[in-house]
Amino acid sequence: MISALDRTPPAGFDLFLEQHLKLELLRFTTAGSVDDGKSTLIGRLLHDSKSVYEDQLESLRNSRLNRSTGPLDFSLLTDGLRAEREQGITIDVAYRYFATARRKFIIADTPGHEQYTRNMATGASTADLAVILIDCTKGVLSQTRRHARIAALLGIPNLLIAINKMDLAGFSQEIFDQLKSESLALAQALAFVSAVCIPVSALAGDNVATRSHNMPWYSGLTMLEHLESVPLGRQDNAGALRFPVQYVIRPDSSFRGFAGQIAGGRVRPGDFVKALPSGQTTRIQSIVTFDGELSSAASPLSVTLRLQDEIDLSRGDMLVSTNSPPHVSRHFLAMLVWMNSQPLVLGATYILMHTTHRVRATIRAIRYRVNVDTAEHEPTGSVSMNEIAAVEIATVSPLFFDPYSRNRTTGSFILIDPLSNATVGAAMIQEPLSQIPAAAASAGSGELGDNKPLEPIRNSARARKNGHYSAAVSLSGRLGVAVELEKLLFRKNLQVTRIGDDGAPGKALAAVVGVLDAAGLIVIYSGAQISREHKQILSKVFSDCYLDLDTANLSSHDELAVRQAAELVQSLSAVNLSSLGRQQVSHA
Amino acid sequence: MTQAFQIESRQVKDKPPRSLAGKRASSPARLNHLKVLEAESIHILREAVAEFARPVMLYSIGKDSSVMLRLAQKAFFPGKVPFPLLHVDTSYKFPEMIAFRDSYAREIGADLIVHQNRQALAEGANPFSLGTQKCCGLLKTQALLGALGEGGFDAAFGGARRDEEKSRAKERIYSFRDAAGQWDPKNQRPELWNIFNSRINKGEHIRVFPLSNWTELDVWLYIYAENIPIVPLYFARERKVVLRGSSIMLALDDQELLPGERTQTLRVRMRSLGCAPCTGAIRSDADTVPKIIDEMVSFRRSERENRVIDHDEEGSMEVKKREGYF
Ligand SMILES: Nc1nc2c(ncn2[C@@H]2O[C@H](COP(=O)(O)OP(=O)(O)O)[C@@H](O)[C@H]2O)c(=O)[nH]1
Repeated sequence: MISALDRTPPAGFDLFLEQHLKLELLRFTTAGSVDDGKSTLIGRLLHDSKSVYEDQLESLRNSRLNRSTGPLDFSLLTDGLRAEREQGITIDVAYRYFATARRKFIIADTPGHEQYTRNMATGASTADLAVILIDCTKGVLSQTRRHARIAALLGIPNLLIAINKMDLAGFSQEIFDQLKSESLALAQALAFVSAVCIPVSALAGDNVATRSHNMPWYSGLTMLEHLESVPLGRQDNAGALRFPVQYVIRPDSSFRGFAGQIAGGRVRPGDFVKALPSGQTTRIQSIVTFDGELSSAASPLSVTLRLQDEIDLSRGDMLVSTNSPPHVSRHFLAMLVWMNSQPLVLGATYILMHTTHRVRATIRAIRYRVNVDTAEHEPTGSVSMNEIAAVEIATVSPLFFDPYSRNRTTGSFILIDPLSNATVGAAMIQEPLSQIPAAAASAGSGELGDNKPLEPIRNSARARKNGHYSAAVSLSGRLGVAVELEKLLFRKNLQVTRIGDDGAPGKALAAVVGVLDAAGLIVIYSGAQISREHKQILSKVFSDCYLDLDTANLSSHDELAVRQAAELVQSLSAVNLSSLGRQQVSHA
Repeated sequence: MTQAFQIESRQVKDKPPRSLAGKRASSPARLNHLKVLEAESIHILREAVAEFARPVMLYSIGKDSSVMLRLAQKAFFPGKVPFPLLHVDTSYKFPEMIAFRDSYAREIGADLIVHQNRQALAEGANPFSLGTQKCCGLLKTQALLGALGEGGFDAAFGGARRDEEKSRAKERIYSFRDAAGQWDPKNQRPELWNIFNSRINKGEHIRVFPLSNWTELDVWLYIYAENIPIVPLYFARERKVVLRGSSIMLALDDQELLPGERTQTLRVRMRSLGCAPCTGAIRSDADTVPKIIDEMVSFRRSERENRVIDHDEEGSMEVKKREGYF
């Protein structure tokens, strides 16, 4: 019955090879409270699908750390790091792999403890299915509800509830039926595409990979059978074309191709497509790959598209279907999972990464926080680590997106703290907001900080608005690089201007750049050979925020030099607006 | 395994009998796992090239590197691979590896950087007197960090897979390294969907692992399906060896034998390629890729088992990784 376990099917090795070249891929995540038996269950799946190597089994047999009542502590197979082994807990997301004759599986193993939400969200972001464990001696806990809720929120379509430790309940059908109706009711309320409930004993292996003789009353599938057969309903390739441009491939003047991974839908040569943000329409000329041109390609393939017309298109832009384009908006509502020990700061600027597009974003308002245990919406003024909240976000330039429920790639983004570079949040877009609502408008007025009447606008308020401080760089002799640098920074929505060294006397230069500095701009000063005197003026006017690019060791390759310079300018002028906000408070 | 297969070694033929590209049109529902993994890896490679100023690929000459390199060719086709390959050469590699490296890099027109920790080698670093831990520390980890620093690289692709070893299971695809090149397993950036945070400060860098989600079996299946050239040491052949402890060591021309040792000829192959003094061979008849796959699924021994280095101390891979090893 469980042919999955036969690594070498009877017809011979070539059949094995044939099968394994055609495996489907299923990604799932596992959740459970501490001690529900999650590690044991995963160890069991790996072991029973023969994915554990002999030498690993040997070291398991020899291990001094058997915490189980069985001969082998399967949970040791999945314990990753030294610190965790010593503390006897798992602390982060770990990935495991196994395959049967039908599917290859990737398990995102997320531990249950205080950082749970963050870890589970990470594992759930790419999962097709969630396994939630229930210890039948404990029943459905508030943790179980939490896990199911997070799984649903992150858009995992399928749920498998494993009622574990059935051996401790005398393999009782009555106990199982009770837990089954309770947990399936929960699943129904959360609208999963599919949900099943399976009685197992992870320790002994009952109904994990082999049918249990102890539970003849159960006629459903084993866990592995279910994992092998649950339909892979990837909705992303059913939808309309979404092609975020990742990289422009241009080996010579005769070839210009747009490389990217199809995030939704299908593309064929001849199709009309629309480029965002330009709005220009063109047709697909060809789909280029190393293995030859394709007549059609769908999500999630990575391909290179050539277009019939020369249009303005680069990284961060998107090609979409002409008849069902995504939302294009600077304001939207999103469900945000906060992942940093520093709480979210209302009005602060973060770097938002959405597909291949990077843009500065501000949290305009927090509508409510979701209580993951009760599902209640609670009013709140801040969002802390492991909390989930519905927030209104504004970006400096528009995003091209779909609701997360429609497309997990174009509907998701992460937030990065511009100063620490940490990934602080992950979010799922719900809907565009047509304008800045009243609640957000008042938060937006925070842009002036605590400016008193008649007081001039503070530098900090300008920095908050621009997302960067004023800064200056000088660059001698490389006009092309300076011009492209200005364009690149402009595209990234920095307030940038370039002035040329026209031999003006120092005094005039000081006056001009003084005004630019006060306006909060980034100034690129370019010239054939910039004098020491002029450099000193820039350095004085912009104090800390001046950089002499002549000494920055830029690449001799122009394109690289532009990128390097842009990185330098961005880190030079970077603002941590959250710290800005706090400083202001402490000054008051 | 005793079945006879119809499939012969195809490493010499031009065209694979079964191309993954298949019918030239992909049906979304039936996309096979290798195609999905390939698409994901290409996405990662392109993402890093787009976002970093100076990426480099750590090319170890092994099968994983070979797959990673092929994926890079695919990612930037018809352009060339837009970054150099870096080989950290301990000077103890098998000569066949070096020959393969040089001819293959030339063939695909790759820009190859070979780096050695010259100072340590001049001071006579070798695994016999230092022990494998220390030797690896100097000739691999230190050499690697030196090469990254010298080249000013801010991103380095590595062919490591999460299924290789327990401590790798938690590694991110973008693995952040501080200015000293160190990994902090307790303070990793969350990584969701296929969005990667490439922001770093000067001196820091990111190790990028495009093969994170591949297993050893996936790698071999892909080598088979794509007809990717690999170092001949992977294939079984009669070779001169010495038995040393429980290991079978290849007897290279310049190798000194220990007292009481003598060479003999056995049919062996290498399961993973490391340094000659520290990597043992296995007895095998597998002289084609399908036979290697067959052997792999029948014997079920983990591939790093024949490397002396990982067994010195429990959790030793993790210790090395924290220090900056791959
Ligand atoms: N009797 C019994 N014990 C189990 C079963 N599954 C796990 N356990 C035990 O429960 C304890 C916790 O298991 P573990 O896998 O470490 O739980 P985790 O914290 O969820 O990873 C260990 O002592 C296991 O041996 C089961 O099916 N039956």
